Amino acid sequence: MEELVVVGNGMAGIACLEQILKHSAKFNVTVFGEETHVNYNRILLSSVLAGERTAEDIVINPLEWYQKNGIGLRLGVRVVNVDPVERTVTGDDGCVTRYDKLLLATGSTAFIPPIEGVQRTNVFTFRNLEDTRAMLAGAREGVKAVVIGGGLLGLEAARGLQLRGCDVTVVHLPDTLMNMQLDSTGGAYLRNRIERLGVRVLLNRSTKALLGNGKVEGLEFDDGETLEAEMVVIAAGIRPNVELGRQAGLYINRGIVVNDYMETSDPRIFAVGECVEHRGKVYGLVAPLFEQGKVLAATLTRNKGPVFTGWTPAAKLKVMGVDVFSAGEFIEDDASEVVRYEDAALGIYKKLLVRDNRLAGVVLVGDAADSNRYMEWIRSKADLLVRRKNLLFPEPVADAGAGVAEMPDSETVCGCMGVTKGAIIAAIHEKGVNTMAQLKECTRASTGCGSCSATCQALLQAVAPGFEADAKKVLCKCVPFTQENLREIIRSQQLKSVQEVLDVYGNGVGCEICKPALSYLVDVIWCGTHEEDRSARFINDRVHANIQRDGTFSVVPRIRGGVTSPAELRRIADVAEKYAVKMVKITGSQRIDLLGVRKADLPRVWHDLGMPSGQAYTKGVRMVKTCVGTEFCRFGVQDAMAAGVELERRLENLYTPHKTKLGVTGCPRNCAEVTVKDIGLVGQEGSWQVVVGGAAGKHVRKADLLITVQNTEEALEAAMVFFQYYREQANYLERVYDFIERVGIEKIRKETVYAPAAQKRALLRRLQKSKTVARDAWLERETPIHPTQFVQIQPMEAMIQ
Amino acid sequence: MRWVRVTETKNIPLREGRAVQIGSEEVAIFNLGDRYLAVSNSCPHRGGPLADGIVSGSTVICPLHAWKVCLDSGDVEKPEVCVKVDTYPVSVEDGVLLVQISDEEEIAA
Repeated sequence: MEELVVVGNGMAGIACLEQILKHSAKFNVTVFGEETHVNYNRILLSSVLAGERTAEDIVINPLEWYQKNGIGLRLGVRVVNVDPVERTVTGDDGCVTRYDKLLLATGSTAFIPPIEGVQRTNVFTFRNLEDTRAMLAGAREGVKAVVIGGGLLGLEAARGLQLRGCDVTVVHLPDTLMNMQLDSTGGAYLRNRIERLGVRVLLNRSTKALLGNGKVEGLEFDDGETLEAEMVVIAAGIRPNVELGRQAGLYINRGIVVNDYMETSDPRIFAVGECVEHRGKVYGLVAPLFEQGKVLAATLTRNKGPVFTGWTPAAKLKVMGVDVFSAGEFIEDDASEVVRYEDAALGIYKKLLVRDNRLAGVVLVGDAADSNRYMEWIRSKADLLVRRKNLLFPEPVADAGAGVAEMPDSETVCGCMGVTKGAIIAAIHEKGVNTMAQLKECTRASTGCGSCSATCQALLQAVAPGFEADAKKVLCKCVPFTQENLREIIRSQQLKSVQEVLDVYGNGVGCEICKPALSYLVDVIWCGTHEEDRSARFINDRVHANIQRDGTFSVVPRIRGGVTSPAELRRIADVAEKYAVKMVKITGSQRIDLLGVRKADLPRVWHDLGMPSGQAYTKGVRMVKTCVGTEFCRFGVQDAMAAGVELERRLENLYTPHKTKLGVTGCPRNCAEVTVKDIGLVGQEGSWQVVVGGAAGKHVRKADLLITVQNTEEALEAAMVFFQYYREQANYLERVYDFIERVGIEKIRKETVYAPAAQKRALLRRLQKSKTVARDAWLERETPIHPTQFVQIQPMEAMIQ
Repeated sequence: MRWVRVTETKNIPLREGRAVQIGSEEVAIFNLGDRYLAVSNSCPHRGGPLADGIVSGSTVICPLHAWKVCLDSGDVEKPEVCVKVDTYPVSVEDGVLLVQISDEEEIAA
């Protein structure tokens, strides 16, 4: 069997090897990897840095893959010599390995500009997992970090460090960020976006020296100005690793020169990836490298024929919420026409460069949703004459399947993994792919940056026979993401306030739909430690009372379990008279409603009542309705009042996706109407049933049984676990019964009461965390959140009569 | 027409409104961050207190039935009806908000 030696365990080399294996060629394969880690997705290092993924998450091929395919893997061994006459390679451990065919996939290393003092400690490059781990060790809250280089990698590093809490500045030599891909206007839009994320940008700065004594302490620019820095990341470009090629006597220019078949000047040596120069171009992006790998696999397995003829350079910035895409030419000349769209308020910039009615290049900042379409136009040299009116916006399609139906099979859907529409359709038909998860596993589509997931979904929907449509609805057009996405965004991007979410992921403005929803999301995700912004709350949540049709408010004090006392009732009566309350009414929830209170009177009313807020005005915990249970009722079998009062105490003062009404009843006669409550406990002889998802509103729904447990503490705990799960998983304004219908009670049981103990504890811990900071909202009567929260402002000037 | 000194700017929180009785008119004053705007504090629909609404850009959404009113022009933007609320010029002097009202409103007080 022929010996195939692969030098380089990176994305390009292994992707090529995967292709070689597909050709069922007989090779004895040995892979050398300088890093000690199995093959991983280098593109996603920035998300490891940002804490969105772990090192394990980005593994492409685990050890088992090498074993299963009989590949000899030599990790941590650097190949230091190639002998093209003896046909051997020598590792830095002294081992000599013979080859019949040698594949060089040595990649590239970070370019270190000539700066004095780069040897100081806490100066990093950003190329591999080791670099990433080293940076993470130093990236702590408040650390002043400087990234030299405002290209793709530099910006991704900057955002990653910033998400780790560092105070980050990007220093860039040219006057435009991503100047290899963007014109100056595009660069300005990008800068604006990046700065809105909280990363400082310094352009036109040439770094002369890194200052410090051992550890880096700052930068000195060539104009003498200095900048403080506790860590520095150099991301000033890459250089192909050509040393082994040079030793082997290969023809080298900037990279190892290959022809269209990916052959080098030595018939037994091949090269692929970032170390390669093809027709004068060196590629640093993954899509063309995969294409090279496919071609090389054919050449190397005696199926020579396919050719690599070059690739339109295309780049996508992988910073969540900062969409940047650039492909082909981006600077116009006399022979090209430019079609431009700008919306400064929304931060959207699109520029199309048209030459002879063909698309020669595109720049998209702020909205890169159409990048695949443009890429395909460039690749296929599509005639734009007939499309001239719709260059910037596709014609609206009523038929949801039409968008993907328009795509030719050869169009690349996933640029990271190089998966075409045709490949996805083949997977659907031949492998029975029906879900996104199956598609990812089968084709790797959408496992890179994930920006093609909408297209993949649409394809599945259009083609897969068993596709189940996810009810994906964006929150509103101010922040066009689903609530599920938003939860992920808020968590991963560490957004603590509504305005931050709107600024970075929305139109910066917001409306009455999204603001209260986002208020809820940041509250529940950060367990109440978010930055509260009352301007984003509905009036009820600003003044903790329910606005009425005449602009007055209603006041419902908390009467836990509906259990009150003569003294409390007397106080309520006194307050009603003192403040001339227009109406006193017993509510359906075993409470008392005081209607028609003026805003300015609210603090005094609450003070005189001396009772906590009943949250009757908000999407929160309303009440726990109880029956008299064993204490008085001759049929009672459980102490419903005690359990109900305790349940209310444990959950009160928390916000929920929608109002949450609870009940506890002491026997199956169900006097507290628990089976039509959101969450309820039904007492039975020697046990409790915990029921969820009842409704008695526009439609009536009998609650589902969640679980039956033996004692009261277990029942309370089951209710709390479910309660927190609902808080975290339901969409804002989704009642428990709708949530259950959407998710399914079986799944909910699995993830709450039947979940592993650790998962249940985690839910309870987050509930507890929220409870610790939650307080009775009516205490704002003593410490208002703003001096005029309840006050009726009086003009400074008395009016002249 | 005359300018009335109303209140210190700090009394109107960012992106919120506050109601002030000036003469016969109840005026809702909003803090939009870069400027202050004032309209009549009564939604043309059912008289809802606009000062209690959620601010969306330079519009406010009435808390009662979500009518959307432009704070610059006073036009109702949602639903599509041709009604408007009165607007009042606002200026800031030494951290104090001044609202310009007509003499009739003053006299009616």
